[in-house]
Amino acid sequence: MTTTVPQADSRPVEKVSDVVIRFAGDSGDGMQLTGSQFTSTSALVGNDLSTLPDFPAEIRAPAGTLPGVSAFQVRIADYDIHTPGDTPDVLVAMNPAALKTNIGELIAGGVVIVNTSEFNKRAFKKAHYDSDPLEDGSLDGYRVVEVELTKLTREALGDFDIGNRAKDRCKNFFALGMVYWLFSRPLDSTIEWLEKKFAKKPDIAAANVKALKSGWNYCDIVGAFQVRYEIEPAPMQPGTYRNINGNQALALGLVAASRRSGLPLFYGSYPITPASSVLHELAKHKQFGVITFQAEDEIAAVCAAIGASFGGALGVTGTSGPGLALKSEAINLAVMVELPLVVVNVQRGGPSTGLPTKTEQSDLLQALFGRNGESPLAVLAAASPADCFDAALDAARIATRHMVPVILLTDGYLANGAEPWLLPEVSSLPDLRLEFRSDPEDFAPYLRDETTLARPWAIPGTPGLEHRIGGLEKQDGTGNVSYDPANHEHMTHVRAEKVRRIADDLPPLEIVGDDDAKVLVVGWGSTLGAITGAVNRVREEGHKAARIHLRHLSPLPKELGDILARFDKVLVPEMNTGQLALILRGQYLVDVISFTKVQGRPFTRGEIRDRIVELLED
Amino acid sequence: MAESTTLTRKDFQSDQDVRWCPGCGDYAILKAVQEVFPQLGIPKERFVIVSGIGCSSRFPYYMNTYGFHTIHGRAPGIATGLKVARPDLEVWVVTGDGDALSIGGNHLIHALRRNVSLKILLFNNRIYGLTKGQYSPTSEVGKRTSSTPVGSIDPPFNPLALALGAGASFVARSVDIFQKHLIQTLHRAAAHKGSAFVEIYQNCNIFNDHAFTYMTDKANRADGVLHLEHGKPLVFGADGEEKGIRFDGIEPQVMSLGNGASADDCLVWDEKTNSPTAAFLAAQLLPPQFPTPIGVFRAVDKPNFETAVGEQIAAIQARDGEGSLEALLNTGDTWTVS
Repeated sequence: MTTTVPQADSRPVEKVSDVVIRFAGDSGDGMQLTGSQFTSTSALVGNDLSTLPDFPAEIRAPAGTLPGVSAFQVRIADYDIHTPGDTPDVLVAMNPAALKTNIGELIAGGVVIVNTSEFNKRAFKKAHYDSDPLEDGSLDGYRVVEVELTKLTREALGDFDIGNRAKDRCKNFFALGMVYWLFSRPLDSTIEWLEKKFAKKPDIAAANVKALKSGWNYCDIVGAFQVRYEIEPAPMQPGTYRNINGNQALALGLVAASRRSGLPLFYGSYPITPASSVLHELAKHKQFGVITFQAEDEIAAVCAAIGASFGGALGVTGTSGPGLALKSEAINLAVMVELPLVVVNVQRGGPSTGLPTKTEQSDLLQALFGRNGESPLAVLAAASPADCFDAALDAARIATRHMVPVILLTDGYLANGAEPWLLPEVSSLPDLRLEFRSDPEDFAPYLRDETTLARPWAIPGTPGLEHRIGGLEKQDGTGNVSYDPANHEHMTHVRAEKVRRIADDLPPLEIVGDDDAKVLVVGWGSTLGAITGAVNRVREEGHKAARIHLRHLSPLPKELGDILARFDKVLVPEMNTGQLALILRGQYLVDVISFTKVQGRPFTRGEIRDRIVELLED
Repeated sequence: MAESTTLTRKDFQSDQDVRWCPGCGDYAILKAVQEVFPQLGIPKERFVIVSGIGCSSRFPYYMNTYGFHTIHGRAPGIATGLKVARPDLEVWVVTGDGDALSIGGNHLIHALRRNVSLKILLFNNRIYGLTKGQYSPTSEVGKRTSSTPVGSIDPPFNPLALALGAGASFVARSVDIFQKHLIQTLHRAAAHKGSAFVEIYQNCNIFNDHAFTYMTDKANRADGVLHLEHGKPLVFGADGEEKGIRFDGIEPQVMSLGNGASADDCLVWDEKTNSPTAAFLAAQLLPPQFPTPIGVFRAVDKPNFETAVGEQIAAIQARDGEGSLEALLNTGDTWTVS
């Protein structure tokens, strides 16, 4: 794809290294799409980037209201970045409600592009504005660019015979055209995307392309902005990249695990936000023999995955918090029958239905302990959108090698957030091949591997290995039902030890930063970006700081206790009320400092940076 | 293994002690299944019995096949995943009235709706046995049990009507102690492609003894049992006192044969009608007004789920070839940094 920027006029071009843009509008205004297009184009330009979609749970809340505002934040930079940015530099507000809900986070002196076509008394009332924010001085201190987006779009599309409603729906591309001009982006990849997307409706494709170009030309001719910006490509590791969000990466990771293990992938799921797009993505990959099963409920989804696993498939189920609660009993069955199972939990705000479209890390304790009885299993967490790919492979590896259920935690922020992904060489992916038990000689279903304590995977259809498994306690070895007290205690410890031995295989934890720092930041999951940015910032400011990030939460890495003990202060930022902190305190008797946020939004780099500095000054 | 043709009942008996109460109807059903399996000409290792929770669900432990004793109500879900992943296996589900119709009702209806090729044997004893005698979703109104000391007030499910309503392609009923009939019915279920739902009346001699004596006692059988046989009229009753079922509109009526009325006036049973209406009407024949029908209510060919899943995959692989992981990773807009 070419990346030629249309020739612009002689207005000054300013080079910036890092910019955060937020597109905000009504749920029906296409803000997610607009943001995604800006992201894709920036990726092709070669910028490093990170995105944060933020949309309401309602599909279409009443137009123009505060709950109906949908936003998409993207940060682009000419260097390696880790978060979608703390405060936007540019805000595109498609209506008063979008302005009201987002202006508070715009950086002082930031640019706000408002669609004045939507600024009228009725819209102010819906947005609970008592006065016109463009007139009442509340936007003093920002650079306000007033554009009659709706009107200009209609005018630009005067020749199109598609009706005003369809014309109005092109206004987001007019706005995108303006932002492309402002940041010197090429239009061609978006044009190509529109033509493909609306291949069957060429007039709609042409209208959107026209709106995009008109927005660009409008800036060029009218001079809406005094200056335009350029962001150079970021120096990135050589290789081929694509932009990917967490759920996509996760799905591809599962397909890769299927290929690398030779096991057919069976994905059982029930639609739930924000996990559904994993199901959608996997449903596209029948070429790989992937079976997707949209079950009648969460319980059937996990049960079907367990059934498939019994039959020798890579059984996976995916859900979000409330769905994990429903699956608990079946996951426990997998613990008892010691079959491989991967349970993906794309966490969201809880409890109960909670905040379906917002992010949180509050299911850690549910994953670790949310089942009856002593029920050890493996728990992993992905740390970035692209890392979901590796985490999925790791989960499949642990499940099949150790004959154990694995809960893989991601969250809404990872699921929908995107970043450039350096594509791995297929040959460099882990080799997950394994052999089913086939030899009937001395076979018993609960005889264990000496190293891992895993029982044999003996699949139906294999002559001579007929056996029964089930949720009742088993006699070790024979697998016969056993109520023997000593055996139950023994099996309880064996199941725990089997999970503990997963730690024997794990790569060593990497301490990033200063070994002799006073403060160690311990993170897990999607806080990686904010923590990395914060620790880097603190060190740039001349202080010492270190961080570690946990992929494996059960079992915890063997060396973790020693590492924690080496630092004066251990800071544990989490998007919950201190769940990992509770575990670390309980397990290692270390007085960790919990730093929590439960607002449905990720930590900013600044928040964590400030807390580290406070501790340094303490 | 070429032993498939020489298998005997003994090959399907496991080494586990059977722990049902002496006199339980489950023994007879176990015996019938162990009789039928070796006659099917299928290697032993291809059978899998999946069960839920309850007395009946201990069944897999007593069969020397692959078996999975799962969790309460979920056997159809687990069996569905297994059958879809492994269409080569013969997957039988053993469940009870509480397991299938109460806690697991949702999975049962959806398995039947999808027409997954599972053989589902529902042991209906109209009581909760393993939890010690509470009324079940098939208990009659007014049932006095430990949880309903002054009588239950909720009307029971009609399992066959429920299965037919869910779109089941094969629906049958038999009785634990009618061994010959049960074996015949199990053979029919085994031969069916698609979901086969078999309700088996099963006596719990501890908590609900004599639940079915109104039809199973030798003295009651002639008037109490109506055999549904494809192509034959609905006739029952002792020799010389034959009766038949005819329909006045959609209202079934019992009529005495003789005196000008003959079997020709009775409904001729057709298990293969496109519409499930006749089967549904037959499922509504309830005592004491009517004899209890047993046999095959419905057996029709419908596309089954696991085959359709496999065909979609095969069609796409035939069109586009088997997927390349490298190509998959490189999908969409990519760019190269050198």
